[in-house]
Amino acid sequence: MVRFLLSGDGPRSLVLSVIVGAIFLALALAPFLFPGTRSLEVAARIAIFIVLVASYDLLLGYAGIVSFAHTVFFGLGAYGVAIATSNMGRTWGALASGTLAGTAVAVAVAFVIALFSLRVRAIFFAMITLAVASAVAVLVSQLSWLTGGEDGMNIQIPRELTPAFRLETEVFGTRITGRILNYYLVFVSCTVLFLLMLRVVNSPFGRVLQAIRENAFRAEAVGYRVVIYRTVATCLSAGIAALAGALFAIWLRYVGPDTTLSSEIMIDILLMVVIGGMGTVWGAVVGATIFVLAQNYLQNLMKSASDATSALPLVPDLLNPDRWLLWLGVLFILSVYFFPSGIVGRLRARG
Amino acid sequence: MSSPSLETRALTVRFGGHVAVNAVSCAFRPGELTAIVGPNGAGKTTWFNLISGQIAASSGQVMLGGRDITRLGVAARTHAGIGRAFQLTNLFPALTVLENVRLVVQARRGAGLSLLTMAASRRDLTAEAEDILDRVRLSSQAHQLVRALPHGDQRKLEVALLLALRPRIYMFDEPTAGMSVDEAPVILGLIAEIKADPAATVLLVEHKMDVIRALADRIVVLHNGTLVADGNPAEVMASDIVQEAYMGREIEDV
Repeated sequence: MVRFLLSGDGPRSLVLSVIVGAIFLALALAPFLFPGTRSLEVAARIAIFIVLVASYDLLLGYAGIVSFAHTVFFGLGAYGVAIATSNMGRTWGALASGTLAGTAVAVAVAFVIALFSLRVRAIFFAMITLAVASAVAVLVSQLSWLTGGEDGMNIQIPRELTPAFRLETEVFGTRITGRILNYYLVFVSCTVLFLLMLRVVNSPFGRVLQAIRENAFRAEAVGYRVVIYRTVATCLSAGIAALAGALFAIWLRYVGPDTTLSSEIMIDILLMVVIGGMGTVWGAVVGATIFVLAQNYLQNLMKSASDATSALPLVPDLLNPDRWLLWLGVLFILSVYFFPSGIVGRLRARG
Repeated sequence: MSSPSLETRALTVRFGGHVAVNAVSCAFRPGELTAIVGPNGAGKTTWFNLISGQIAASSGQVMLGGRDITRLGVAARTHAGIGRAFQLTNLFPALTVLENVRLVVQARRGAGLSLLTMAASRRDLTAEAEDILDRVRLSSQAHQLVRALPHGDQRKLEVALLLALRPRIYMFDEPTAGMSVDEAPVILGLIAEIKADPAATVLLVEHKMDVIRALADRIVVLHNGTLVADGNPAEVMASDIVQEAYMGREIEDV
């Protein structure tokens, strides 16, 4: 059963199994283990970014395609939900149709980009995706009647998913609220999407993607139409990114250029893939978790370290919470230096 | 005599002003092994590229079993029955030996677009791939990464990929290049096995005269992109053209 769910591609390393198992349990029980708005916020963000990063790794790590337009697809899913609910009201139907429409548009856009540009050299494909990403960001900020411009849009979701909704039942001493239901919508959807991607990368299709990444010339010569496989991979990756975007919008009840479309998010995705390890979706789990935790808690950690060392010269200044980006950068450089194949690649290589 | 399985008709390709393959017309028949010889730069590999589709022809046609395949892409020609082993080893280096072969079996069976089945559960593909590794004596290395394989074994794998395609036309481009004296016989034995199949058409670009003598039913000589001789081995080897081409002297107007 477990083998079937994991598509025969488990963590394959004791340390990694423990890490991934701990992350799964922590996310599965987050509302009860870590009460508080902030920690639930972080848990949901981790779950969504695992899916987003894994869908990006499907392109970068498996198919060897470098794209900078991944945030566009993420954003299309999120804006799909926002626009649907603003027109149809706070109904479940609006959430579903917004998600589907956003995903469909994302797949269609990916299809067009893929057909136009996957025939050209990789560097041009990367350039084209960069141009599309900038163009979409400009469009979203200009079409403010539709997208709310730079201010973004608040999203009205069904009352059952909001903090105002409370059930009588308590679990482990925690009152079940709509917020918790919303969290489990995110968690369950992300788990399903992750297992789906794990299956795809271990399917015959996934093997062909790896073959194309290794040697596209020979893949074509043994009978695979490379352009078709790359196009399917691009569309699939875009569709899953859009679903992640829709979940993110439903969770945040807000969408704006900064939460979905900004180039900072694209860079975050790249960093998470590299830290976790390219070419394995397990890398997304580790990379996204470490990165999102660091983003949210490194400052707190540094604050307490800075306070603890206040008697020493210079050290408290270096550990000042304002320097958190510097330390994130240092962490990144160290991880690339010591784990060039990512944390997962390193753990698996050790067996 | 059976009808041609593969034929090039006035096949030509120009790169700028340079005519690399010049109006080459030649027919190949099932059950026949044709050695293609000629000095370096004669256009042998370019002619192969035109047949298997890596290069588009400037003019002329490639006919496979009477069907014009000149406009087909590489993958479509492979599915139509053209199989090619490459001169420079051209594999999937970060995958295992078994995975390399299984990918080709999977391509032939058209299973590549299956997204939701587990590749590992396709035992039929694995079993066929294992049989092929057995034939090329690579079974014990099945789970090694290809990039860790010695050169000779990579050449064997190159042949294994061709066998996995089960093509109608087998194209070998210097299959024993760079192999040691004791490794080459395995490859030559495999080619002899393929040749024994009356349905197989085999094309072999080769420099080594002992290999040609042992295997070839017929020799075609290319020189400066032009087909200059075609006939049974004894005749062609004795002809002035071959003597001169291999001695490196100028050929007079042919």
